[in-house]
Amino acid sequence: MRAWILPGLAVLALAGCGADDERATSGGDKPQLTVSAAASLKTAFTRYGEQFPGASARFSFAGSDELAAQIRQGVEPDVYAAANTKLPDELFAAGLVEQPTVFAGNRLVLAVPAEDAEVGSLEDLQAEGVNLAIGSDDVPVGAYTRTVLEKLPPQQSRAILANVRSEEPEVAGITGKLTQGAVDAGFLYISDVRATDGALKAIELAEGLQPSVAYGVAVVKGAMQPEAARAFIAGLLDGAGATALQDAGFEPPPGE
Amino acid sequence: MTVSRPGWFGVLLVAALTVALLFLTLPIVAIFVDTGPLDLVASLGEEGALEALRLSLLCSAAALAVIVLVGTPAAYLLATRRFHGRAAIVTLVELPLVLPPAVAGIGLLAALGPNGVLGGLIEDAGIQLVLTTAGVILALTFVAAPFYLRQAQAGFEAVETTWLDASRTLGAGEARTFLRVAIPAAGPGLIAGFALAWGRALGEFGATLMFAGSFRGITQTVPLAIYERFSTDFTGALALSAVLVAISGALLLSVKLLSGSAWLGGAAR
Repeated sequence: MRAWILPGLAVLALAGCGADDERATSGGDKPQLTVSAAASLKTAFTRYGEQFPGASARFSFAGSDELAAQIRQGVEPDVYAAANTKLPDELFAAGLVEQPTVFAGNRLVLAVPAEDAEVGSLEDLQAEGVNLAIGSDDVPVGAYTRTVLEKLPPQQSRAILANVRSEEPEVAGITGKLTQGAVDAGFLYISDVRATDGALKAIELAEGLQPSVAYGVAVVKGAMQPEAARAFIAGLLDGAGATALQDAGFEPPPGE
Repeated sequence: MTVSRPGWFGVLLVAALTVALLFLTLPIVAIFVDTGPLDLVASLGEEGALEALRLSLLCSAAALAVIVLVGTPAAYLLATRRFHGRAAIVTLVELPLVLPPAVAGIGLLAALGPNGVLGGLIEDAGIQLVLTTAGVILALTFVAAPFYLRQAQAGFEAVETTWLDASRTLGAGEARTFLRVAIPAAGPGLIAGFALAWGRALGEFGATLMFAGSFRGITQTVPLAIYERFSTDFTGALALSAVLVAISGALLLSVKLLSGSAWLGGAAR
């Protein structure tokens, strides 16, 4: 009876992570590599996963903070990739992942619908009646957004925050609210805007406002496939992963 | 229970129930094991917790008011009249029961969102639904209503038609019969549906997040607040979960007691 319960629980746990339950159908001889990755990496990692030779990669995309919390609760994917370096560093300090590596950079932009946009610049965000979606303050995209707003004059920053209608747990929520016309603008990464195939357009932030967006990745301690995990990470730095990231609009890791 | 010598089938039944019970109660027990009563109280003092609770209660109450007002007569019609296409309508009305919340959310956006089928009409009327408290109420109503409709219909169907006929024969109109005879007689079914729908509304997550978003004090109900805390404050998330379990449990229990006494009353009549 117990032998039956455990797989049942495992299936439920995986479903809860938003991962597809493809364990039974996919695979063959290749090992299964489980990758927990920031939602903003979805396009690039999915493409990379299709080409990755070492294993058949299975992804769980969500807010970096949610995935880190799962790891703290004992969930053990093989690879953890976050939209910042803070979360992997924290997990490393807690002894839950191996030494993290910075593998990509990104640019925060103001995203608006490609057609009939009501917002054309950062200044327009303060206008009354403008609706805005941003990341919640725990998810990296939300933290970067707040960093940008803090650099603005306090009055402008307050006016913009007053127009925020939703604090989303991950970039996919912001993208969805924008493409559905629920909000007029949102702060996203340039790669997210690129992934919408023209539905959204990006308004670049001034040089002085741009935060340093760096993505960190690490092999999770207790990984089932540590070798494949290392190969996966190596490919992100130089190889098919790096190409997929570049194609998706990511930038090289920001220099220190 | 009083089988003198249980056969293998009896053992199987008991084993199945044991597994089901363990599986279904373990996560709930774990929530309370990890949260002391003090944690629970402390977590409510934290920023946003009471706001989320207030919002959850307010929105679910508003949703239930709409559901009862519209759902009761609708269920009465479905239960007491036989007409062409009735089975199809019953199925359609019950469909949201089996919809994944994400599907409900995306459906609501496609129907009532700014780019949705009726989005233009709604905007012309000057109504804002997405990302507002009204949007939360709408999402809760959508996912919870079928639970009430289903139970209410069953409740009305169980009412003796002779009572309704007698009421009409004695000169009471249709409306009076509905209000004075059918509703009290179907009471237990209505109450059970009410509780199920309320519980479902209190727990709603996916449709709310997709349609109404998550903003403290405006659209962030308790389940959304739990999700937000999960990443940074697991204890806080557990404590809020415990509060929600307690409220939902109390709801279920009080309804069991209420409808139990109502049934006893019915039997004594």
